[in-house]
Amino acid sequence: MSNIVIDKSKCKACYLCIEECPKNLIKISDEANNLGNRVVEFQDPEHRCLGCAMCATRCPDLAITEVYRG
Amino acid sequence: MATQVFKIPDSFKKDAKYTFCPGCDHGVAVRLVGECLSELGLTENAIAACSIGCSVTIYDFLNVDSLEAPHGRALAEATGIKRACPDKFVFTYQGDGDFASIGLAESMHAALRGEKLSAICINNTTYGMTGGQLGPTTLLGQVTTTSPTGRNLEYYGYPIKIAEHIALCDGTAFSARVSLDSVPNIRKAKEAIKKAFEVQMKGLGFGFVEILSSCPTNWKMSPQKAHERVRDEMMQVFKPGIYKDITVEK
Amino acid sequence: MTATITNKKILMKGNYAIANAAVLAGCQCYFGYPITPQSEIGEFMSGKMQELGRAYVSAESELAAINMTMGACSMGVKAMTSSSSCAVALMQEGLSYATSDQLPVVLVSVMRGGPGLGNIYPSQGDYFQATRGGGNGDYKLIVLAPSTVQECADLTYKAFYLAHKYRNPAVLLADGLLGQMMEPVQFKEYPYPEIDNSDWKLSGAKGRDARIIRSYAPLADNQCVYLEKLFEKYKTIEENETEWEEIGTEDADIVLVSFGSTSRNVKTAAKICREKGIKVGILRPITLFPFPTKRLQELSNKVKMFISVEVNMGQMVQDVKLAVNGKVPVELIHKPVGAPPSPEEIVSQIEELV
Repeated sequence: MSNIVIDKSKCKACYLCIEECPKNLIKISDEANNLGNRVVEFQDPEHRCLGCAMCATRCPDLAITEVYRG
Repeated sequence: MATQVFKIPDSFKKDAKYTFCPGCDHGVAVRLVGECLSELGLTENAIAACSIGCSVTIYDFLNVDSLEAPHGRALAEATGIKRACPDKFVFTYQGDGDFASIGLAESMHAALRGEKLSAICINNTTYGMTGGQLGPTTLLGQVTTTSPTGRNLEYYGYPIKIAEHIALCDGTAFSARVSLDSVPNIRKAKEAIKKAFEVQMKGLGFGFVEILSSCPTNWKMSPQKAHERVRDEMMQVFKPGIYKDITVEK
Repeated sequence: MTATITNKKILMKGNYAIANAAVLAGCQCYFGYPITPQSEIGEFMSGKMQELGRAYVSAESELAAINMTMGACSMGVKAMTSSSSCAVALMQEGLSYATSDQLPVVLVSVMRGGPGLGNIYPSQGDYFQATRGGGNGDYKLIVLAPSTVQECADLTYKAFYLAHKYRNPAVLLADGLLGQMMEPVQFKEYPYPEIDNSDWKLSGAKGRDARIIRSYAPLADNQCVYLEKLFEKYKTIEENETEWEEIGTEDADIVLVSFGSTSRNVKTAAKICREKGIKVGILRPITLFPFPTKRLQELSNKVKMFISVEVNMGQMVQDVKLAVNGKVPVELIHKPVGAPPSPEEIVSQIEELV
């Protein structure tokens, strides 16, 4: 099962990852981190994540720390 | 069983947190440098000469021995490092103002001498850390804090095409321009950085990569719009490509 | 020319003696750009370093040369550059950074006439450039001033030693006269211990956290702590390393203060004065930083006058005045540029002053 790990403490809310995801699995959450940013969240109840790592490749803040494909 | 296809490279300090502005492509470029160091097994043998500007903070993130150079002098310091210890892997990470304006002599002469060094230069068409002034790569027409009506030719002159100039130096083994505007181009950028590292490892000469990057803060654009500008404006003038690669037979 | 250790004296130009001594001191890297009157240093080094498998780079500018030297020093090796006056001016940025980065840079500065392009005659017009510096911020360079070709060699050894001992740039401040004149010189082995630098040099972050050599302290408090520490070091250098030569001060009414090549004529002038019954002594600072301030203070309790003799418009005289602090008069005998005033000229001016 493919999935990604987000370190929300590093997210600066640029939201570049959101438009990279081919399955639209990353969304703006209601949560704010201690930088004051409304961070993104990954939700994949139907297991549609491809593990393509486009989001992590695009993230300029090392906030997507791990991607698994399988 | 899922396999891990992405991780923070082990060349990074534990829990490294960038201090770049939101959406800044420096973050991607530093990660690519870190990935190449890790994948080529260079981290423990690498010495970085860091330049002044936003680029200098690379030493806060990578677990690499680093010397902070005065503005523009990174490649002179790197030359000293490499000549003192030729077995070390020595690279610079510089901005366009550092590399191609105040440090143009040091940069070009390092290439002309064919120093076995790798230089990474971020081109974002402005002086970022000081607040968005006109730099050597500012595009014609671009508004900055010191070109308030736009860069016009008669008044400010032309921007410099760095990768082409470095390719003209006989000591250059590899010179390329890449862009971080899209994921496929980020992947190409990584390949170019790797190549610039490899020519040093093989002792072939000077390796250089110019990276077209966004500066959303000083361009006063959203990160998304900033990448559109890289694509629609910068890449039209600063054409991505490999301008010299002595490892490829013609 | 070969790098030579010899039991007997050989005749050699000052510039060659400096270069030879640098090689014998274990200098691994030389970076430089030609300028009269010190070009022989780079010429000697270009052949010798290559022959020994060490590094020589003909830098694109003095700006690059000082930064290359800093790069090499950051790796813990002995490295040097050499230049003169208007070109040492270009190195001021690097010297400021090197003090802040605590890099053991060795700079040989062979003074010529200034300001601006000036001329290629000997001069001591860069006393301020060396002791005050033209770079930004609070810092000091260790400055050694030879007066003979033998001292050119000996103090080159010492410059490497002190630079590495204190992790601070050291300047050998010679002048065109010393650089170009030939004198007998004997090269002994490098007499100083090697300094362990394994706790700070860059070598690759293997089995340890990465090291950063930097001068950037973004928070004001950091910079305060840093500067206090830096100046503690300078205090230690003043206590341990102040060096001078003193002749005939026991009963002197007048003490002549001079450094470098000028002190040679001053010594002869002092002898003539003694023959004439004028009680003249000599104090020759060998280290210009640290300056023999304490010794001058002591002497100011018993002598009647100090006279600073210099080839410039009067620079070191300011340090003499600061030391004497108004206790007795401090006068100046000087020539703006060129060969130092002759012993006879110095004597006649002393006679006018007393």
